[in-house]
Amino acid sequence: MAEPKKTPMDAKTTTHKHQSKSRKTTMGILFLLIAAVIWFVFVRPLDAGALTTYTMVPGGSTVSMADWVFPTAKVLSALAIICAVAGAYQLIRGFQNLTNAILGLVAVLFIFSFLSWASSGGTLNLAGLLRVTVIRAVPLTLGAMAGILCERSGTVNIAIEGMMLIAAFVSTVIASMTNLWIGMLSGILAGALVAFIHGTLTIKYKVDHTISGTVINIFATGITSFLSSKFIQKTEFQYLNEPGMFPQVDIPVLSKIPFIGPILFSHNLYVYAMFILVPLLTVALFSTRWGLRFRSVGEHPKAADTLGIQVNRTRYMGVILGGMMAGFAGTYFTLGSSGRFDELMTAGRGFISLAAMIFGNYYPFGAMGAGLLFGFFDSLAAKASILKVPVPSDFLGMLPYIATIVVLAGVVGKSNAPAAEGKAYEKESL
Amino acid sequence: MAPLLELKGITKRFPGVLANDHIDLTLEKGEIHALLGENGAGKTTLMNILYGLYSPDEGEIFVNGQKVAIQGPTDAIKAGIGMVHQHFMLIPVFTVTENIMLGEEDVKVGGFLDRKKAAQKIMRISDQYKLNINPNAYIRDLPVGAQQRVEIVKILFREAEILIMDEPSAVLTPQEVDELFKIMRILVDQGKSIIFITHKLREVMDCADRITVIRGGKVVGSTTPKEADTKKLAAMMVGREVELKVKKTKAKPGNAILQVEDLKVLNNQEQFAVDGVSFEVREGEVLGIAGVQGNGQTELVRALTGLLTPAEGKIKILGKDTTKEKPRFITELGSAHIPEDRQKDGLILAFPVSENLVLNSYQHEPFSKGIRLQFDEIDRNGKQLVDKFDIRTPGINTPVSNLSGGNQQKVIVAREFSRPIKLLIASQPTRGLDVGSIEYIHKRVMEKRDAGCAILLVSTELDEIIQLSDRIAVMYRGKILDILNIEDASKEILGLLMAGIKPSEEMKHKVTKEEQLITT
Repeated sequence: MAEPKKTPMDAKTTTHKHQSKSRKTTMGILFLLIAAVIWFVFVRPLDAGALTTYTMVPGGSTVSMADWVFPTAKVLSALAIICAVAGAYQLIRGFQNLTNAILGLVAVLFIFSFLSWASSGGTLNLAGLLRVTVIRAVPLTLGAMAGILCERSGTVNIAIEGMMLIAAFVSTVIASMTNLWIGMLSGILAGALVAFIHGTLTIKYKVDHTISGTVINIFATGITSFLSSKFIQKTEFQYLNEPGMFPQVDIPVLSKIPFIGPILFSHNLYVYAMFILVPLLTVALFSTRWGLRFRSVGEHPKAADTLGIQVNRTRYMGVILGGMMAGFAGTYFTLGSSGRFDELMTAGRGFISLAAMIFGNYYPFGAMGAGLLFGFFDSLAAKASILKVPVPSDFLGMLPYIATIVVLAGVVGKSNAPAAEGKAYEKESL
Repeated sequence: MAPLLELKGITKRFPGVLANDHIDLTLEKGEIHALLGENGAGKTTLMNILYGLYSPDEGEIFVNGQKVAIQGPTDAIKAGIGMVHQHFMLIPVFTVTENIMLGEEDVKVGGFLDRKKAAQKIMRISDQYKLNINPNAYIRDLPVGAQQRVEIVKILFREAEILIMDEPSAVLTPQEVDELFKIMRILVDQGKSIIFITHKLREVMDCADRITVIRGGKVVGSTTPKEADTKKLAAMMVGREVELKVKKTKAKPGNAILQVEDLKVLNNQEQFAVDGVSFEVREGEVLGIAGVQGNGQTELVRALTGLLTPAEGKIKILGKDTTKEKPRFITELGSAHIPEDRQKDGLILAFPVSENLVLNSYQHEPFSKGIRLQFDEIDRNGKQLVDKFDIRTPGINTPVSNLSGGNQQKVIVAREFSRPIKLLIASQPTRGLDVGSIEYIHKRVMEKRDAGCAILLVSTELDEIIQLSDRIAVMYRGKILDILNIEDASKEILGLLMAGIKPSEEMKHKVTKEEQLITT
C-alpha cells in the first residue's frame, strides 16, 4: 500500500494545536493588566523604605531558618516589569504553546506580589502558609482520586461529598469504640457500601447517574445530621465522639531539611498516603493491564465488550474502589484533622474534589496539582483575614471558590472526560 | 473435507420480528463470501450471532466440522472468528497499540503492559499483509481508512482465521474502497477467509468469490459474480425488478435560484471550513457537489440553510439576500433541506410520524389556529403523505424512531416535497439506504428537477453524483476546485479532483464516449 493519504483530517489535527487569535490577545492584555495592578495598586502607595518579612519556619517546628527580608517596593517594581514584558511579548509575538506556562508564572508573581504588599511593614509566615496548603489539599486530592476511579470506568459520581460524610461519621463512632485503625477501615468500608448502592442503581437499574448521586448526597446529609444531633453531640453519648487523631510522624532526615522539611515531611498519615496513592494510581491506570481495561470501559464499553472484557463487572469495581477512596478521604476529616465529628463537616469539599478532578483532566497528578492550588487559596483566605488587607474577610473566604470558577472556565477550557461516562451499557442494542 | 465454517438453521426472533429464519451458510477456506441484502434483511443480526453478541433461538454453528457454542465474543475469538464492525470499535484517546492489545495484552511480571512487544507484533502483521499501520499513533488522529486497517490488525492480532466485515465500505472514499479490496485479496491469498456483508451491488461483483443473498431474514439464493449480474442480484435482493439507473432527460436550466458569492464559513475550531466558494444553481438543473467527507460540504450546507452564519460572502435565494437570515425565513422562501444526518437534524425521533411530517408547517393554517394545534388536520395530512410517499409504518402515531432508515428518509422527503418548493438542498440523501429506497429517492429528486426545481445535491457517493447531476462541483479543503458539465466528467477526473489534483487539459479531452458509458 502507498503512503497514507493526506486527508483534511491530518490538516485539522496539526492546526488544532495553535492558539486562536482572540485567546492570544486576551492573554496578552491580561498579563499587562496584572502588571498594571502590581504597579498602581501595590507599588505606588508603598513607602520606598518599607520591608516585607517572610518567616520561613512554620509555627511549632524546631527546624530553624532565618527570616527572608526584602524592600517591598523595589522587588514588586521588578515583578511588574517582568509581567509587562511578558504581556508585550505575548501581544506582539505570542508564546504559542508556552502560553499556559507563562500564565501560571504570571499568576504566581501576582499572588506573591499581593502577599508581599499585604504583609509590607509586618511579617507573614510563608512556611506556615505552604504547610497548611499541603494539609488542605489532602481531602481534595483523595476525593478527586475517588472521582477518577469512578469516572475513568464510566460512572459519574457526584456523591463523593455524601460518601465522605458517611465515612466520617462511621469512622468516628467505630474508632471511639475500638481504635483509630479499625475506625479508618470501617470508614473505608462504609464508603464502599454507599458506592455499591450507587453502582447498583446506575449500572444494574440504569438510573441517571446525577440523580442517584444527588439522592445519596441528600440521604448522607440527613442521616449523619440526624444521628449526630440525636446522639453523639449529646453529653451522655459524648464517648462516641472521641475517636482521637492519627499523630504527626516526622520522617527521619527529610523532615530536617530547612523550609521544605516541615512543609512536606512532618505530617500525619493522610498526607503521606496522598503522596503514595497519587503515583500508585497513575501507574495502575496507565501502565498496567488492569488500567487499560479499566479505562476502556469508560471510553467505549461496546469495544471493550467485543474484546471479551466484562463491562459491568469492571464498572462495579471502579465505583466501589472510588467509594473506598472517598471513604478514606472522609475519615481524614475526623481521624486526621479535627478528632471529632460535626454536622456537615465536609463543607462542600466533595464537590470541590470534583472540580479538582476535572481541572486535573482526570489524571491523579493533575488532581493533586489542582488540590494544592485550591488548598493554597483556602490557606490564603485564612491567613489573609489576619493580615491587614482592606478587603472584607467574607470575600477572602470566597477565594477558593472564585479560584475554582476562574480556573475551570478560563484556563482549562474543555477537559477530556471519558467518552462513555454516565451512560449505561446495554448489550443487546446495536 | 468439512467447510471452515458452517451455520445451520440459525433463527433469531426479536419482539415482533423474525430477524433470521433458519439461515444456512457455509464458508470455505480462502474465499471471500459476500452476504448481500438490504438494510434490515438480517445480515448484521446473523453476524452478531456468529460473533456471540446475540444468542440464537435455534441453530448450530460448526467450525472445521466441530460444533461450537459461542456465548460471547471471547468464545468467538477462541474459535478463530473476528469482526470488523460497521461502527468501529476503537477508542479515540488510546493509541493504535493500546486499542489492538486490549483484552489480549502482553504483560511483564506484575501485570505491567509490554507495549513494545505488542507494537513489534503489530508491525509484523502490518508488514505481512501490507496494512501500513503506525502502532504509536492515536486513533483520533487517523483517517477513517487507517482506522479500518487498525480494526483488521486487531482481528489478525488474535490470530483469527475467519474475518467478518460488516459494511466495511460505508465510510470510505472510492479510493479507500479500492485499497480495502486489495487488502482483502491479500488476506485470502494468505489463507484467511472473509465474510463480507454489504448492500452495494458493484462491490459484490468486484470482490466476492461467492454471493449469498438474504431477504426478510431468509436466504433467497446463492450465486457467483460470474453467473450473476447487478440487475439479477438487485432483483433477488429487493424481490422485484429494480431500475438501477435513473432515467434522465436533458436539463433545461432556467433562471438562477441560488447564488453564492465568495462564501467563507468558519467551523467550530475557527478555521475556514468553506474558503471562498462561488457557484449558482438554476431552476431545472441538479448541481452535484462531490468530495471526500470533511472538505467543507457540511458547513456549506449549514450556511446555505441558515444554520450557520457565514463569516464572509453572500448567499442569494430567489434574488433575496439570505446571508444572515434564519432557517425559517429561508424555508418559507421556498427552499427545502434534506439534512446529512437524518436522525439528528432531520427528525425528532421521539415524535410520531404525523408530527414529524408538519415540522416545517405546523405554525400555519390549517395545522394550527392561533396557539392551538389542529390534530385532525395533522393526522389527515399524515395519512395522505404516508400513502402518497409509500412510507412503511405501523401507523401515523408510531414514533419515527421505530421506522427503518429508508422509511425515516421518506418521511423527510414527504415533508419537504409536499410544499411548493423552488430550491432543494439535499445532503447525502441516500446514505445508508438500501437499493429500493435509493431508487425511490432518486426518482423523486429527478421529478422535482423536471418540474423546474433547482437542486443542490451534496454526496460523497460518486456514483450518485454522476447519475443525478447536470453539473458537478468538486470540493477540496473548503474550495471548489472545478465545476464540470456532466458531459466532461469522468470518474477518473473527479477522483483526481477529490484528491486535490487538478487534471491537465489533455486529460480532460481524453474523456471519450465509452469511458462515460462505463462510469454512468
